[in-house]
Amino acid sequence: MQPATGTATDLYPQRGAMASARRVRALIRRHAYLLLKSWPRLVSMAYYPTVTMVLWAFLTLYLKPTNSFLKDAPGFFIGAVLLWDVLFRGQLGVSLTFIEEMYSRNLGNLFVSPLRLSEFIAGQLTMSVLRTLIGVGGACVFAWLLFRYSIISLGFPLIAFFWLLLAFGWSIGLAVSAMILRFGLGAEELAWAAIFILAPVSGVYYPIGVLPGWLQPVAWALPSAHVFEGMRGVLLEGTFAWSHFWSALMLDGVYLCLGAFVFRLAVKHARIHGRLLQMGE
Amino acid sequence: MLETPDAAIVVTGLRKNYREVEAVKGISFAVRAGTTTALLGGNGAGKTTTLSMLLGVLTPTAGSISVLGCDMLRDPFLVLPRMNFTSPYVDLPRRLTVGENLRVFADLYGVREPRTRIAELAGEFDLRELLARPYGNLSAGQRTRVSLAKALLNRPEVLLLDEPTASLDPDIGDRMRTYLERYQRESRCTMLLASHNMGEVERMCDDVIMLREGRVVDQGSPRDLIARYGRENMDEVFLDIARGGGEESDLGGPTPEVAA
Repeated sequence: MQPATGTATDLYPQRGAMASARRVRALIRRHAYLLLKSWPRLVSMAYYPTVTMVLWAFLTLYLKPTNSFLKDAPGFFIGAVLLWDVLFRGQLGVSLTFIEEMYSRNLGNLFVSPLRLSEFIAGQLTMSVLRTLIGVGGACVFAWLLFRYSIISLGFPLIAFFWLLLAFGWSIGLAVSAMILRFGLGAEELAWAAIFILAPVSGVYYPIGVLPGWLQPVAWALPSAHVFEGMRGVLLEGTFAWSHFWSALMLDGVYLCLGAFVFRLAVKHARIHGRLLQMGE
Repeated sequence: MLETPDAAIVVTGLRKNYREVEAVKGISFAVRAGTTTALLGGNGAGKTTTLSMLLGVLTPTAGSISVLGCDMLRDPFLVLPRMNFTSPYVDLPRRLTVGENLRVFADLYGVREPRTRIAELAGEFDLRELLARPYGNLSAGQRTRVSLAKALLNRPEVLLLDEPTASLDPDIGDRMRTYLERYQRESRCTMLLASHNMGEVERMCDDVIMLREGRVVDQGSPRDLIARYGRENMDEVFLDIARGGGEESDLGGPTPEVAA
């Protein structure tokens, strides 16, 4: 064996935006390899959103003849379930990307490489977008094919709703990742279950006004409540409520900062307690 | 701080506590640039803890670490691209092929021509036929070779090796050592390795740092240590020191104790 010797000059510059983008791309490449070679994984990502959408679509078909509300907005439940899945998939995309590294016992390799924590998070968020687009995108295609419902009919507000819910999903995903790093893979179930505690107070299928008075402030503290209230405004009244948009945007900013802070804290704790090299299956 | 003008790694007063347990007790040592140094000690002596702190994945309770002149605790990203490591305690993603794994890490380290570099290493480590196979389907020995290839992707100037030839058969183990020796000689890379293979240490290492219960208890070249302890080989020296020979100096450095 003849060693190929050289120096670090064989490397690209390590500082700056280009270097960061290269490292984030490497992380995305790592997860894309995994996703693209496994059709069961791809199918399973779209499976649950599609089945849920079909369920609500049939319920709509059943209730529509006798329900004036659904006569006015036949796509109400389908739109709601698809947007809820943006939130769910957004969170899951962040958490599962992190869990995958833990299962692989790969965190040690990543954290001794030049990859910064912010780049690691950027990679998680990008994978979350891709997973959400695949999962919810699949369900949207089926919604059109089976029920002639196009979520694109929401127009510009759809783009706003999509990113607002995704960002909230990211913040929860980061907090869940922090919990898993802190308490080990025993906390993995959180990745699947954590978000559902928010469903009743997000007003996915009903207005926030339905909630008891004491619970309504809790709901309004969540970006998701503003998004679903905004969705109802678009579907039922044809108006886009900017107040809900700005509230959701501001709250997303707060929750994202909190999520990133908690995750950073968990990594710091893991470094102090020597868990980055030990964690795995 | 130790006065070590030609040192690639300088560790001063390094301490690590896990609650009541003091895993590393204020050790100080320096590793000369362009040499291979062994970090030896029995199980629980503090080798992996020390390596982890050198890599930045474990935060020391106290002390300082300088690698290639950079403060590892303050600004690790100045030096991490110029380092690499391999350890049996860390895996690569099992469902990715060997080639995919190497490509991901080549990109993470910013290797300019990743395909060329991977092809070079695949040739050097007999990995060509394994490139398309999932890492998880490899034998332990094959995985060790892949991990070594990953550790050399960025042509590191400082290489930390935790049990680098564990799980390798004698033939492949010998080839790996030969490769690492040549790489070290030709690239002037600084290597710090933790190993329980004393034959490997005698063959590869210019210096040895002996740890026991989190302290540096002796230090010197393998030849010096063998002579000083009046033993035939490093295996016997290791047993002497691990069972109580050697004594820590006031400065955390070694005070040799002749055991024979």
